[in-house]
Amino acid sequence: MGKKSIETFVGIFVLLGMAGLVFLALKAANLGSFSGGDTYTLTAYFDNIGALKVRAPVRSAGVTVGRVASIRLDPKLYQGVVELAINRDVQFPSDSSLRILTSGLLGDQYVGVEPGAADKMWAGGDTIKQTQSAVVLESLISQFLFSKAADAGGTPAPAPSTPGPSGGKK
Amino acid sequence: MAPGPARERRGEDGAGAMTGLLDGLGRRALEILRVLGHHATFLVDLLRACPVALRRPYLVIAQIHAIGNLSLVIILASGLAVGFVLALQMYYALVTYGAAESLGLIVNLSLTRELGPVVTALLFAGRAGTSLTAEIGLMKAGEQLAAMDMMAVDPRSRVLAPRFLAGLVSMPILAVLFSSIGILGAYVVAVLLIGVDAGNFWSIMQSGVDVRRDIGNGVIKSIVFGFICTFVALYQGYEAKATPEGVAHGTTRTVVIASLGVLMMDFVLTALMFSTP
Repeated sequence: MGKKSIETFVGIFVLLGMAGLVFLALKAANLGSFSGGDTYTLTAYFDNIGALKVRAPVRSAGVTVGRVASIRLDPKLYQGVVELAINRDVQFPSDSSLRILTSGLLGDQYVGVEPGAADKMWAGGDTIKQTQSAVVLESLISQFLFSKAADAGGTPAPAPSTPGPSGGKK
Repeated sequence: MAPGPARERRGEDGAGAMTGLLDGLGRRALEILRVLGHHATFLVDLLRACPVALRRPYLVIAQIHAIGNLSLVIILASGLAVGFVLALQMYYALVTYGAAESLGLIVNLSLTRELGPVVTALLFAGRAGTSLTAEIGLMKAGEQLAAMDMMAVDPRSRVLAPRFLAGLVSMPILAVLFSSIGILGAYVVAVLLIGVDAGNFWSIMQSGVDVRRDIGNGVIKSIVFGFICTFVALYQGYEAKATPEGVAHGTTRTVVIASLGVLMMDFVLTALMFSTP
């Protein structure tokens, strides 16, 4: 085999490797989507972010409209500060609220946007305090148990009352 | 303390065996240290020869052809087979939990993080490492290396360094191709044959795989493994006894040492790279 053709074959080999890397980066990973340029940033304060992670989706009506850009703790308020990168072409009224939800029973957590009705829209850099924390299973269970115990202690009647999780007294 | 007469009688061969044991142990330890030092000096010589070798890029390119291009078929075939089998097995396991769509994610992570670099390195040691060892061992047996030395051509920069550089370049490319073709194989089995939803297959994969953390670390791993495989192969070839048995022995040791080194290093690298969530 001549020198030229060997060089050509090696060129093909290297090119194949690059194609493989591009395939892995663009098709098999998330480099292509939400690449920063066409998004605006919102800052949201949550009492408890649960198991929310960076790059978790932001969804409205189930449609992904952005990603969680960063998560940190506010050292004064002791609240979780979540920065959201929302697609530029999606606008929400300024009285919308944010919730941390779970996809499926055991799925990952994401930020849900409940749109409001105001005329003014959120703009980049806005801070959102109107949020609802992630549901922590332990506090839910303890709430349920306390309300159950309170019911049992307060009314000696053995009739099985059905206190919901929100029906707790404390 | 002076030993008693009863101990003295027994102590004769006991002490002899003891000193023999210590003697052997010390010899072994010294030998291990010597071999380690020899590896280190060999590595330094090799690295020093690399810039010289880069001045003749054609030598490196020809070696990339021999090491990389010619390994392509076995790497691609293995990658495809691994992708097929992974997809099938994962499907059987996941369909029980109704999570068959996560199959793409699992196949991708296991390929890019572990199987791609490791299996490629094992195949690479078998396919390319052995041929390097045998080639250099035979060059040595045929006194070609000595002849080069006579002509004031440093065999390290002329023979070893181009092969070393070619191994470092080829291995990551091969590993990336292994992972890519494995994912395509999983796509064929899962989506085309079994009927998993194609959109979910890709989107769950994309949301779970991080470019730097998963793919980048996989590439770093494969560069390290390429270093191990090529270095071991060159060392074994260069230090092989210049006899047919010596070359055969060196070739065997290349596969054994390179494979074990890759597997151990993989554990260390995985612990370093993926220990933090």
